[in-house]
Amino acid sequence: MIMFLIRRLCQAMMVMFVISVIGFTLQSSLGDPVRQLLGQAATDADIMALRQSLGLNDPLWLQYLHFAGNALRLDFGNSYFFHEPALEVIARYLPATLELIATSAVITLLLAAPMGVYCAIRPRSWLSRTLMGLSVVGISVPVFLTAMVLIQLFSIGIDVTLFPEGTGWGSWLNQALSTQGGMPAYGRGSPVHVWGVWSTNFASWRGWLYLLLPALSLAFVMLPLFVRLIRAEMLEVLESDYVRYARARGIRPSRIYFLHALKNTLLPVITLGGVQIGTLAAYTLLTETVFQWPGAGLMFLDAIERADMPLIVAYLMVIGAIFVVINTLVDLLYRVLNPRITISGRPA
Amino acid sequence: MRANPMALLEVEHLDVRFPLRRGEIRAVRDLSFSLQRGERLGIVGESGAGKSVLAFSLLKLLSRPGRIVAGTVRFEGRELTSLSERQFRRLRGNRLAMIFQDPLTTLNPVLTIGQQMIESLKAHRRLSTRRARIVAIDKLRQVQVSSPERRLEQYPHQLSGGLCQRVVIAIALLLEPDIIIADEPTTALDVTIQAEIITLLKRLCDEHDVGLIVISHDLGVIGQLTQRTLVMYAGRIVEQGPTREIINDAQHPYTQGLINALPQMTLPRQRLHQIPGSMPTLSEVPSGCAFHPRCAYRITPEGLPRRDCIENVPEPVRSGECQVACHWVAELIARGPAEERAT
Repeated sequence: MIMFLIRRLCQAMMVMFVISVIGFTLQSSLGDPVRQLLGQAATDADIMALRQSLGLNDPLWLQYLHFAGNALRLDFGNSYFFHEPALEVIARYLPATLELIATSAVITLLLAAPMGVYCAIRPRSWLSRTLMGLSVVGISVPVFLTAMVLIQLFSIGIDVTLFPEGTGWGSWLNQALSTQGGMPAYGRGSPVHVWGVWSTNFASWRGWLYLLLPALSLAFVMLPLFVRLIRAEMLEVLESDYVRYARARGIRPSRIYFLHALKNTLLPVITLGGVQIGTLAAYTLLTETVFQWPGAGLMFLDAIERADMPLIVAYLMVIGAIFVVINTLVDLLYRVLNPRITISGRPA
Repeated sequence: MRANPMALLEVEHLDVRFPLRRGEIRAVRDLSFSLQRGERLGIVGESGAGKSVLAFSLLKLLSRPGRIVAGTVRFEGRELTSLSERQFRRLRGNRLAMIFQDPLTTLNPVLTIGQQMIESLKAHRRLSTRRARIVAIDKLRQVQVSSPERRLEQYPHQLSGGLCQRVVIAIALLLEPDIIIADEPTTALDVTIQAEIITLLKRLCDEHDVGLIVISHDLGVIGQLTQRTLVMYAGRIVEQGPTREIINDAQHPYTQGLINALPQMTLPRQRLHQIPGSMPTLSEVPSGCAFHPRCAYRITPEGLPRRDCIENVPEPVRSGECQVACHWVAELIARGPAEERAT
């Protein structure tokens, strides 16, 4: 177990090294921060002075060593734009993103398990067929479209006048299909501050309202994938001897489906989940843009526009670290879910 | 037809079919038998004879799209085929227990032995987890599992195949069932373990007065374990009677073939006997006696084909203590006394 963690740590360091090299290499090919900082009217002397003070005149390898040394001390330099340590800027923006990802992950899991199980045990019912059909749509629709549809439906509201207003059924249908709108669709509202740096949407009712639409649109990216995966795995497991044996012992069907079968399908689900949480981080860029959610994704886009190198690199490193941590957790979860897997220091 | 009105389990004219897109598979045809309390009954036949389907249909656990088309299954006089799923669930594992073929795939790999034993108990009895543990440990002791307390915490993959099968037998005994249906209980085990499991099953069934139905393709297992045997071929019973009679003095040509195919029946350096041809697929069973294309007796001693064999399904006839469904045997019995007079 300890050997496993040590090996994992070495792997993590390798990964982080590669990411740092990539991040560092980007620096030279992504515009000139000096011009951005000083504007068009700067004199050559000013530019030279700033280049010198930022260390941009050193040879490349020396610049990298500087960078790596500082990175080890968690110092990624000051953001060119905010004029404060890059990591602090990220620490300010990251909670909003993490809350968004966590909420949509929970929504996905809570919906995907029952939906996947249902589609597997009643494969021919109209509801399963509908869900399966919708999942194909869900997979193909890009997240920004989902987001805009959600905004239209629940923030702006739609007024259906498709059916003849004079008839009873027509006005009833118009009523039923119209939506009120009114859900917040812009920003975080006013999050509550807890424990100093952490400002959260979880602590207030209003906060949850602001979180709901962005989290839903993000969840719709993952949900169809998980429903389909759980369904496919369940269909296979339901044919297994141990499920039949559980039935032969007179075990309740709900226990068979949600304990005996579902627990056996979770391994691939967790694997996909680990990978997908990383993908989610990428999709938050789009979601945060549509909803103007002041999270790390939005910050990252702004940083790219401003060629704010320290911030970009710090962001890459932080996301890389999150990936590594999540994948380690997934490996540890394997062991909990499947007792046949033993984690040791020895390579498999 | 009913042999004994007090029979524990009575199956009459059971017919199980699997309607498929390409024709219908008739896995069990017009099959009748009964089981007395405490009796050990064997069902033997080649793969594909419909033995397992029969077992699963008794528990109403047929996989889709199989269903019981006709016939009755009476348990203590109570009709089972018409029970609702909920009612039937109360019987499964409780009054009718089942032992599956491969113990390593029947126990759920991600749940501990203890979890699976305790849930079985709790599914049918109202008792605390602590009480259930005590019962589980007691049953594990009965099947001679060493250090049962520790086993409860273990997962199936940590146990050997033989040990797993003991656990499965312990689970079958947990709720003191009236009948245990064992589908190839020793096939997945190696030979030394097989003998132990057979002795164990036999002893436990005697001790608890449990009716046992053993399904096997292995006449050796059937011979050691059972008192009475049904021989199945293509979904029908071709011969039934006391196990001893069937093994020592088989009447039906198919049973004779099975017994001759045992390696013990072959002299050293001789080729093993085999029945020519193979079991027909259950969707295209031959007309008349299903065994006739493989049977040596479909030709009369005079060299003429026996039309009965091809055209008519043989009715079971009494021959000594056995019942045999064979035109040839029927003929033999009919003229038997004459032959005896002649000699």
